[in-house]
Amino acid sequence: MTDPAASYLRIEGLNKFFGQFQALKDIQLEVHEGELVCFLGPSGCGKTTLLRAIAGLDLQTSGRIEQAGTDISTLPVSERDFGIVFQSYALFPNLTAERNIAFGLENSGHNRREIKARVSELLELIGLPDQGEKFPSQLSGGQQQRIALARAIATSPGLLLLDEPLSALDARVRVLLRRELKELQRKLGVTTVMVTHDQEEALVLADRIVVMNHGLIEQVGTPADIYCNPRSLFVAEFIGEMNQLNASSTEPGQLQVGERMLRSEGGHWPADAANDLVAAIRPEDILPQANNSDALNHLDVTIGDMAFMGSFWRSQLHDASLGDNQLIADFSINAVRRLSLQSGNRLTVELPADRLLAFRR
Amino acid sequence: MSATRQKPLQARLGRDDLIMRGYMLMLALYLVITLALPLYTMLSKSFSTYQFDLSQFQIQVSDEQGNWNSDPKSAAEINAALGENGIQNFATSNDGRLAPTKLFPEFSFRSPVNYRIKGNDSSAVWLVGSKRHNSTDWLELDSNTFRRVSLRPVKSTGLANYATYFSTPALSRSIRNSLFISIISTLITVTLAFAFAYALNRSQMRFKGFFRLVAMAPILVPSLLPGIALVYLFGNQGMLKAFMMGESIYGPIGIVIGSVFFTFPHAVMIITTALAISDARLYEAAHSMRAGRWKIFRTVTLPGARYGLISAAFVVFNLVITDFGLPKVIGGQYNMLAVDIYKQVIGQQNFEMGAVVSVVLLIPALLAFVVDRYVQRRQVAMLSSRSVPWQPPRRRGFDALCLGYCLLITIFIVGLLGVCQYAALVKFWPYDLSFSLKNYAFDLMDGGGWNSYYNSVQLALYTALIGTAIIFSGAYIVEKTSGFHKGRSLFQLLALLPMAIPGMVLGLAYIFFFNNPNNPLNFLYGTMGILVICTVTHFYTVSHLTALTALKQIDPEFESVAASLKKPFYKLFARVTVPICLPAGLDISIYLFVNAMTTVSALVFLYSPDTTLASVAVLNMDDAGDIAPAAAMGMMIFYTNAGARIIHLLLSKGILKRTQAWRAGHAAMSS
Ligand SMILES: Nc1ncnc2c1ncn2[C@@H]1O[C@H](COP(=O)(O)OP(=O)(O)OP(=O)(O)O)[C@@H](O)[C@H]1O
Ligand SMILES: [Mg+2]
Repeated sequence: MTDPAASYLRIEGLNKFFGQFQALKDIQLEVHEGELVCFLGPSGCGKTTLLRAIAGLDLQTSGRIEQAGTDISTLPVSERDFGIVFQSYALFPNLTAERNIAFGLENSGHNRREIKARVSELLELIGLPDQGEKFPSQLSGGQQQRIALARAIATSPGLLLLDEPLSALDARVRVLLRRELKELQRKLGVTTVMVTHDQEEALVLADRIVVMNHGLIEQVGTPADIYCNPRSLFVAEFIGEMNQLNASSTEPGQLQVGERMLRSEGGHWPADAANDLVAAIRPEDILPQANNSDALNHLDVTIGDMAFMGSFWRSQLHDASLGDNQLIADFSINAVRRLSLQSGNRLTVELPADRLLAFRR
Repeated sequence: MSATRQKPLQARLGRDDLIMRGYMLMLALYLVITLALPLYTMLSKSFSTYQFDLSQFQIQVSDEQGNWNSDPKSAAEINAALGENGIQNFATSNDGRLAPTKLFPEFSFRSPVNYRIKGNDSSAVWLVGSKRHNSTDWLELDSNTFRRVSLRPVKSTGLANYATYFSTPALSRSIRNSLFISIISTLITVTLAFAFAYALNRSQMRFKGFFRLVAMAPILVPSLLPGIALVYLFGNQGMLKAFMMGESIYGPIGIVIGSVFFTFPHAVMIITTALAISDARLYEAAHSMRAGRWKIFRTVTLPGARYGLISAAFVVFNLVITDFGLPKVIGGQYNMLAVDIYKQVIGQQNFEMGAVVSVVLLIPALLAFVVDRYVQRRQVAMLSSRSVPWQPPRRRGFDALCLGYCLLITIFIVGLLGVCQYAALVKFWPYDLSFSLKNYAFDLMDGGGWNSYYNSVQLALYTALIGTAIIFSGAYIVEKTSGFHKGRSLFQLLALLPMAIPGMVLGLAYIFFFNNPNNPLNFLYGTMGILVICTVTHFYTVSHLTALTALKQIDPEFESVAASLKKPFYKLFARVTVPICLPAGLDISIYLFVNAMTTVSALVFLYSPDTTLASVAVLNMDDAGDIAPAAAMGMMIFYTNAGARIIHLLLSKGILKRTQAWRAGHAAMSS
């Protein structure tokens, strides 16, 4: 990897209209050299549209795209420098895996032997050294996906674009390929943009995540950053689980939930906030206390249903003082055992002020 | 958001884009030249009238010494003075010529008398030999030269031709006749074809494969062949003449029976498709509700097949109303539009009136086309919704009924073909029924002899090869070019248009356009080239749609992948697209081949003595009374087409087998 701070891909003021409908709204984004960026968002939010604009497959209505310092905004596809893997893989069915991989290498100044060597090297790299003779239809979904990837990187492009490359695979293969993809990308050091609507995939794979909604970028950040410090309610609820309590406020940092006052020091306090607020906290951030206490952000609650989730118990908490609001907390097995938590018990929990976030509704 | 709308960015065009657009423009230009311009020329012809206007010209005659004693007179005055010996009919055509010597009954080219001629204004045109004059000054000529003068007509634009057409009952009656025959034939064909398709789809009778094959046989022969068979059966010396009960087969009855024969396969194909996609779940539901059979038929079967039926009706209607060969052979005195065009053009050399009839014929054909397109679209929408194929139960009585019915239809189809073959092989129907091959001595008859047959095969091969290449690549370009929406829509429109143009109209339009000496493409006239071009254009639409259907099934991202790998699109086309679409390509070729072998309508105007054709020879030999040789030639076309079909089948099977390795899974992947 070269200088990680160097911006390889720079997108400025990008808009895309389909007729009257605006699919991308004023997109600003920088992708650093060698990093893997995930576009994450619900269906129809414009991820594919943005990816296709970068590839030149669907020209943006306005805005500028720079790759490696040159303006590629209006360049035709064939003059841009990228490899691409589509959701369908788009493997040529009548060519063998080898021929598919070699497709971009032929007639590009390489002789037969060099091509053969490069294809074997790539087959080795993707872990399918002896599948080259097969036609795509004779390969499994995961193998096809890897062939498509090999074809995309065969010509050593500066940028790798992946549109939901794993979504057509079943869950187990997906988890496996996720790891391989990450390793491969590290090894090659190729700047990669990947579209997904699977948050887990994004969290595991990405160096940075771009969360999109309705054609807008909601937030850009590392997975941890996005998870712990969501900038908007949309990001907060789109990624991971999040408790949402109706709240109001009279002064910054103070949230009124039902009859309780809670202190919020996490995230960004919404400007000129008043009534329509949401107090948000992740289930695993709710801490069970051994002793009763009425210290800051400590609540007395009744434990409702508890569901065993493997490594933790998902527990519903409620109390009259919270009004209609319910809390969901994930208690570790240890905590449940130590504090002998049971459905129906009373319990004191802490909502740590630095983990309690406030958003406008 | 600063998402104000400015002028959208324009992509810089890559080399691929330029080549693709260039190629598309080239093909669009091809269609404009071979379709739009000829049609336009024809249309404008139908609005032009040509008349000699004698009052335009002044003519003066000298005495024998060459003195100009007499007064100059207008040619009209001179003509008027001749009374009924003068010229009465001033209507003429585009290249009409009138010799002014007709105005001087005493004219002799040896006479020492001189003539001078001038126009009232420069619109008065006359020729001396082939040199054009339109001067308003006197031109002096001795009588020997005056003999070589011809006056030219003036052109006027307007509805005069149409007025003549509609006020001449002998002509306009054809509209009613054509509509009548087409509607009756459509009703009968669609009913028979529906029953046939129903039997194929909804019974468990035996020999379904055989019946399917038989039903397609009429496609392989020219539409006029059933006419010949009917003449043999029910004509003046027909062996079944008694069945006619005094009616003549020459006329509506013959046309309708023949039309049912040649349109039957088209209707069966469309209706079978419609019945095949009807959803089995509906039947199961209906059965579980204990609905009666007749009720199920009315409430489930008919509505399910409704688009198929409508579509079949319009296709059949269109085929019948535009057909020329059949009414020509068996129509007798019963006039129909398509034949009228032929009679006007070939019989009377009245090209303008031919153009008028063409325009009249275009209207119902265009209408039928538009309705059919609309209905097809609805049906495709139905097709894409997932339905479960229906497995009919075994019902003895019903299956036997179906079998009986299909046998009757088989007798009808095979019978007519058999009669033709039999008649072709006997010495002299119906007097000497011993076998001989004398009817195959085509070289002794009118119609071009065996050369016609070889020419037809040549034409069919060229059409299949060149046509498939042009049409498939055109469909590819229009399907895969990115952006350029206006150009693509225009191209689509041009590609759909040929289906709406009756062959006779296309052929006549070609005469107008290509036979004009001022057209730089005039050299094509009378060559094999123009026959190929005309046939490719005539059958463009169906082939184009076949190609599009095949192309739409290919992953649309192939082009994107190739572009990202910096491979030009034509490499992808050659290495991936064409191999995948090979079966569709073969289907297009055989369709073009068979149609080129059988078509008469457009080509009857365009062949030359060097390029006589088998299908036209059938027509001409029949016209000349050589009916048996006509039947023989018709059956040659049948065997050739049947052979081509078999080769096509073997090739398709071979290709599928060879490419099975990747195709099997490919189909599974896309399902
Ligand atoms: N060619 C088009 N014409 C009109 N609207 C389009 C077109 N392509 C995309 N859109 C619209 O633009 C929006 C964004 O589409 P896009 O395909 O980028 O979504 P996405 O985020 O990739 O969704 P998914 O996760 O379902 O793939 C959608 O509302 C879609 O309907
Ligand atoms: Mg998408």
